Amino acid sequence: MKDLNLIFGPRVPKDLLIRERKRFILPTLMLGGAALLLLISIFLPYWQLTLLAPQYPEGLKMQAYVNHINGDVDEIDELNHYIGMRSLKEAAELERSASIILISALVLLVIGSIYTHSPFALVLVIPAILYPVIFLGDMYFWMHNFGMNLDPHAPLSTSVKPFVPPIIGEGLVGQFKTIATWEVGLIFSIVASLMIIAGLYFHRRAYKPLLDMEFKSEFK
Amino acid sequence: MKLKNIYQLAAAVLILALVFVFFRCGGEKEEGEHVSGNLEDIAKERGLTPADLIAAAKTYMPSGKKDDYLMFASGGHSGQVFVLGLPSMRLLKVIGVFTPEPWQGWGFSEDTKAILHGGDPEGDSLSWGDTHHPALSQTNGDYDGQFLFINDKANARIAVIDLRDFETKQIVKNPLAYSDHGGTFATPNTDYIIEGGQYAMPWAGEFAPISDYKDKYHGMITFWKFDRKSGRIDKNNSFALELPPYWQDLVEAGKLISDGWVFQNSFNTEMATGGDMEGNPPVEAGASQRDMDYLHVINLNAAIKLYKSGNYKKVNGFAVIPLDVSAKQNILTFVPEPKSPHGVDVTPDGNFLVVSGKLDPHVTIYNFTKIKTAIENNKFEGKDSYGVNIVNYDDALEAQVEIGLGPLHTQYDQNGYAYTSLFLESAVARWTLGGKWTEKTGKKAWTLIDKIPINYNVGHIAIPGGDTEHPDGKYLVSLDKWSIDRFTDVGPLLPQNFQLIDISNPEGKMQLLSDTPIGVGEPHYAQIISTSKIKAWETYPDIGWDPSTQSKSPYATTAGKEKIDKRGNTVEIWMTAIRSHYTPDQVLVKKGNRVIWHITNIERAKDATHGFALPYYNVNLSLEPGETQTIDFIAKKEGVYPYYCTEFCSALHLEMSGYFMVQP
Repeated sequence: MKDLNLIFGPRVPKDLLIRERKRFILPTLMLGGAALLLLISIFLPYWQLTLLAPQYPEGLKMQAYVNHINGDVDEIDELNHYIGMRSLKEAAELERSASIILISALVLLVIGSIYTHSPFALVLVIPAILYPVIFLGDMYFWMHNFGMNLDPHAPLSTSVKPFVPPIIGEGLVGQFKTIATWEVGLIFSIVASLMIIAGLYFHRRAYKPLLDMEFKSEFK
Repeated sequence: MKLKNIYQLAAAVLILALVFVFFRCGGEKEEGEHVSGNLEDIAKERGLTPADLIAAAKTYMPSGKKDDYLMFASGGHSGQVFVLGLPSMRLLKVIGVFTPEPWQGWGFSEDTKAILHGGDPEGDSLSWGDTHHPALSQTNGDYDGQFLFINDKANARIAVIDLRDFETKQIVKNPLAYSDHGGTFATPNTDYIIEGGQYAMPWAGEFAPISDYKDKYHGMITFWKFDRKSGRIDKNNSFALELPPYWQDLVEAGKLISDGWVFQNSFNTEMATGGDMEGNPPVEAGASQRDMDYLHVINLNAAIKLYKSGNYKKVNGFAVIPLDVSAKQNILTFVPEPKSPHGVDVTPDGNFLVVSGKLDPHVTIYNFTKIKTAIENNKFEGKDSYGVNIVNYDDALEAQVEIGLGPLHTQYDQNGYAYTSLFLESAVARWTLGGKWTEKTGKKAWTLIDKIPINYNVGHIAIPGGDTEHPDGKYLVSLDKWSIDRFTDVGPLLPQNFQLIDISNPEGKMQLLSDTPIGVGEPHYAQIISTSKIKAWETYPDIGWDPSTQSKSPYATTAGKEKIDKRGNTVEIWMTAIRSHYTPDQVLVKKGNRVIWHITNIERAKDATHGFALPYYNVNLSLEPGETQTIDFIAKKEGVYPYYCTEFCSALHLEMSGYFMVQP
């Protein structure tokens, strides 16, 4: 029991909980909210690529979700074959197939941190804090991988040289202006990161005194 | 940190997020339009009057703006249907119907050949038609935008066009006659498509000397059952009425109060047959001797009952209710009408029938209720020589309006006005209806109000919904037979002229807005529908679509599943087309092989159509996004035949090609 206590930290005495409600509810709210945002982000687009060209008056749009891509994917693939880019469906297959489980795990860890009244909470939430950075890093990896490995035998390989499409902002490929934007899902995950950091601060403020007290009493 | 600070922090995060979203959504700047010139100077230089400028403003379509109405015009002896947008009058499409049409690959693939030749006479092949009267399908007496029907006068055929893809789905041949004119007309719920005959003749395939005209020659009106679900005419549940050999003309189905009744004109009750080499008067004179011809009044509901009870004979395998039966039961009755009429046009309330004798300056208006009462009370003035009861002219008459020379065809607006084309006078007349319509017009009933000259020789006219229960009388199109001096000369064969007329203000004059040359054939009638009622597909719903069945084709081929099957003397190719290549792009067969070639356009992008042209073998397909078509031929001559895409589909369009190699 003692070892577990070391990990989960001390429980809050009921009278203290009633007396200083705000102190304990804050970290719970922040971390819980972050977990909720992360969970919701599964169903929202993370990243969008818009292609603009004269012959596409409404533009071509493609949205990346954590587990699938949506929009004019077939048409973008069809265009990409001219420059020798592989089908977007081949990108990040492993990540996409594992994404739901991994994000669910992140969510559970963040929820776990609410009940962990010790510095271990930090360990639990680190993956969730880093998650947006990891997502973007992976995104960049695939952009680089796809853009730099164009089929040299493609019809337009002489005019379109390998390139790395931007993960945010505007680019130009042939007659296409490309606009990469961060979408609601990604913004949610970033907000979740910030909320976790804020939550950790309040977490420390709420539980550290309790922990200190416990240590004091133990070493007495 | 206090709770307040938390809220501040949360607010800051929210604002940051909002700012972020806002910047992302920041609109692009629109480029300014660069206009050169000054309106007054341009008008002066081009000789445009203020009225011209107003007409231009009413019809000009800036690039990218879309029309409010679609007009489906018959294509005359082009055998096709024209689709134009109103008010711009831009030609949007020529739908291949009775004539092969290479752009649409119409009549080149096996499926389209089967439809195109679905109405061929046995053992023969027709390669043209004479389309006359398009009819949009109706629901509750108004156009529903689902189907279009059209007849071929030359060969008595009816075509069904599906307005999801604007392609012809069926052609049926009338088994009784070789030509028709009074088609097509739809009943208010499109239960039946009506095809009236024209030149009396012995039943198709029979011979009778012209001296036996009165006994052996027949008129007919055919009621084709339409099955909306399958989108096809159901020949097995269709029937015809045998009519006297008066040359029957245009038809209209009754609506509302006259629903279940059908009206048809005739113009040769003299039964003239010509014989000008024998010293007889030619038909044009012989058929114009009597002052009156007969308006045919047909009780369709009673006819259907008779047909369903099996009370018919079979002619060429087709159900025909004999003339003596329908005469005896008053399924067919006559009302005298001024001679040589063209149209009979039912008012939007279904109560009045307007008939124009081409050789009489009046329009004659009959009251349906009066006709019905006379028939119910057996009040007739006599019988014709075939035993058909004739309602007394005065018992049926409502009014006559003198409107001008050569009245031909009448359409209606929603405000109680009728519009009649005047062929001889080259004008369109606007006149007031009577009855309850007087409340709407606030003018004297049955009175000529306005007339507008047209250029020249107007036949039919068309108003959006002008023959339905709810017309939408903003425009009128005058389908002019002659254009004479309207356009730049292009040789002795002149284009027809479609004139767009603004009729939206019944208190003022009608205004001519524009001329549109039609240099493809002679359109007869047109129907105009609001574009909001048309639900056309942008691409076919699924990859591997068979437009002839409107379902997925068993020959659909997807990317990666392409193959060439060789078995015995047959080579079967399963090909895909996508920008900018065919798979396979090489096909090798032996001379004499039967080649069955399925091609699927696997594109999903709007407008990404591919063609397929194979020289020597007369193959030209149009494969719209998702479409599958099949060709089937014998590789009868050795050689190497480059096939290619006939649509400029992409920058590498020229490269979209392949080799069909026939080894000796």
